[in-house]
Amino acid sequence: MNAKTVDPHTLAKLQGPALPPRETQLKILYYMKQVRELESRIERKLYRQGKIVGGVYVGRGQEAIAVGSCIDLRADDVVCPSHRDMGAFLIRGMSLRTILAQYMGRKTGATKGKDSNMHMGSLEHNLIAFISMLGDNVPVATGIGLSFKMRGQDRVVMCSFGDGATSRGDWHEGLNMAAVMKCPVVFICNNNQYAYSTPLERQMAVENVADRAPAYGIPGEIVDGNDVLAVWDASQRAIEWARGGHGPTLIECKTFRMTGHSAHDDAGYVPPELFEFWESRDPIRRLERSLVQQNMISESGIVEMQNRISSEIDEAIAIAEKDPYPDPEDCLRDVYFEEQ
Amino acid sequence: MALTTYVDAIRQGISEEMERDDNVFVLGEDVGIYGGAFKVTAGLLEKFGETRVIDTPISESAIVGAAIGAALMGLRPIAEMQFADFISCAFDQITNFAAKCRYRWGAGIPIVVRAPSGGNIHGGPFHSQNPEMHFVHTPGLKVVCPSTTYDAKGLIKSAIRDPDPVIYFEHKFLYRWPRVKEELPSDDYTVPIGKAALRRKGSSLSIITYGAMVYVALDAAAELQKEGIDVEVLDLRSLLPFDREAVLETVKKTSKVILLHEDTRIGGFAGELAAVISEEAFDYLDGPIRRITAPDTPVPFSPPLEEFFLPKVSDVLRVARELHAY
Repeated sequence: MNAKTVDPHTLAKLQGPALPPRETQLKILYYMKQVRELESRIERKLYRQGKIVGGVYVGRGQEAIAVGSCIDLRADDVVCPSHRDMGAFLIRGMSLRTILAQYMGRKTGATKGKDSNMHMGSLEHNLIAFISMLGDNVPVATGIGLSFKMRGQDRVVMCSFGDGATSRGDWHEGLNMAAVMKCPVVFICNNNQYAYSTPLERQMAVENVADRAPAYGIPGEIVDGNDVLAVWDASQRAIEWARGGHGPTLIECKTFRMTGHSAHDDAGYVPPELFEFWESRDPIRRLERSLVQQNMISESGIVEMQNRISSEIDEAIAIAEKDPYPDPEDCLRDVYFEEQ
Repeated sequence: MALTTYVDAIRQGISEEMERDDNVFVLGEDVGIYGGAFKVTAGLLEKFGETRVIDTPISESAIVGAAIGAALMGLRPIAEMQFADFISCAFDQITNFAAKCRYRWGAGIPIVVRAPSGGNIHGGPFHSQNPEMHFVHTPGLKVVCPSTTYDAKGLIKSAIRDPDPVIYFEHKFLYRWPRVKEELPSDDYTVPIGKAALRRKGSSLSIITYGAMVYVALDAAAELQKEGIDVEVLDLRSLLPFDREAVLETVKKTSKVILLHEDTRIGGFAGELAAVISEEAFDYLDGPIRRITAPDTPVPFSPPLEEFFLPKVSDVLRVARELHAY
């Protein structure tokens, strides 16, 4: 029995979950903690200090999804992240300085000041910048996957979105087309149960996003999105399935948005007990506990890791803060191709 | 040598580019087995195979989105909208994703979106529209509207080779119109995007137009010549970017200008042209800038209604006589 002939959902039932090796688990912990710390600085420090203007959207409590799904992609695979997927950018190798400069509108940012916050892309890192019309990256991911098929490449696309995006027509058009054309795409939903202020039951009448997978004739799977090892396991199977030429999978990660929609939103519409419940399921602490229990890392090792992460971010902030703003006239540049 | 139709010229251009560059491919509704609703892509499936001529579900947004994704990976997709009217379904992918990628993060999107547009075929409100202005108003896109068979081929080739997204409006009325058949050069030629073509030289007044209206202008010009009114006809060919120099040159030459298009009036391209002319050539004008356009209504179906809707030779004659006498 292998992933080349059995769909990923069935395979999971047959085999039970697989686990990544210790080295990968420690890498996963590192990136999740790095995301948490970086986004805390962005939202709770730099934004409040007025050093970041505009919108700030973080993925606190959802770090497991981007990290677990992207950690074992190949460099030539492509990621189409959404707005709570900081882990994807870090894992793909975008530097802290580039990211921080992006948030601060500097010329050295990923978009040279042309776009804000998580709206970052880099072809060098095979990262596709999403746009605010969430769900638009689904047809684009389909086209990327189509190009791999056309060229006979065994590359895959990891395409991410939230529960709210699944209400958009582009999402349905893209999923259907990817399914019809058997494009090598893994569609991964972070179902954090709120789209801005709108709770899930006002977003969809089905219970699970993954319930929609059979309507497109593709495998669908629900995982605990706060269990990074479960996310990793489901992603690995779906990646293998796509790489083997069998087409897309829809993975739904159940999670919770531990913040408002954005930094200006106090999420007063969310019942406090929901935050309490999900706080106890925090993905980082869960992995830390499991790693310590298995002697894969010590408590002091975790503290060391945290200190290293903090000082790396301190350094990057110090550099990015001194980075120049774009020239005002840069407004006019790069609308069209320009001879260099 | 055989005469080529406008529709065949588009197909030739696509086919030659597909031969020249393996990265060029076609996707859209019914473009493969059926050869396209208007047979623009007929025979391409047989020639290039189903990997490069792809029938898609009825999903305009996903067609353009998939084209964007493939372009990001280095391919050169040509996405067909079965009718230009349906491009509204892909508006978001075109205007927000494709048009802004280069500006935002330096990722060029070399796609062509082909859009069969225009009326005079009794298509009614949803098979006759001229939706070019939605895209002319979107920085990051290019918009072309060929009126001749030569340009249809030359501009599709330029559009395919262009590093930015190009919306290619092909006028359905011209597809098989015998009048626009012509002998095409056998060599590999292109028509540059952003360059107008002078279709008729004249000294009394200028008509600036594009698409199928070029022929309305030319027919009117022939009639007006009998009255001693010598009309110059400038065919824009591209709307974004448009040939500002050619526009100003003809206005400065004749000092009287009529702006003619099949699209509706408010927010039509004539408004932009009028603004540019008054800003940059006001001192040369000897009369008011006049517009001849479709009225601000949907495109109606019934023949007398559609005939009323479309700008006609008689409209041009009336306005030209008034302007000449001004």
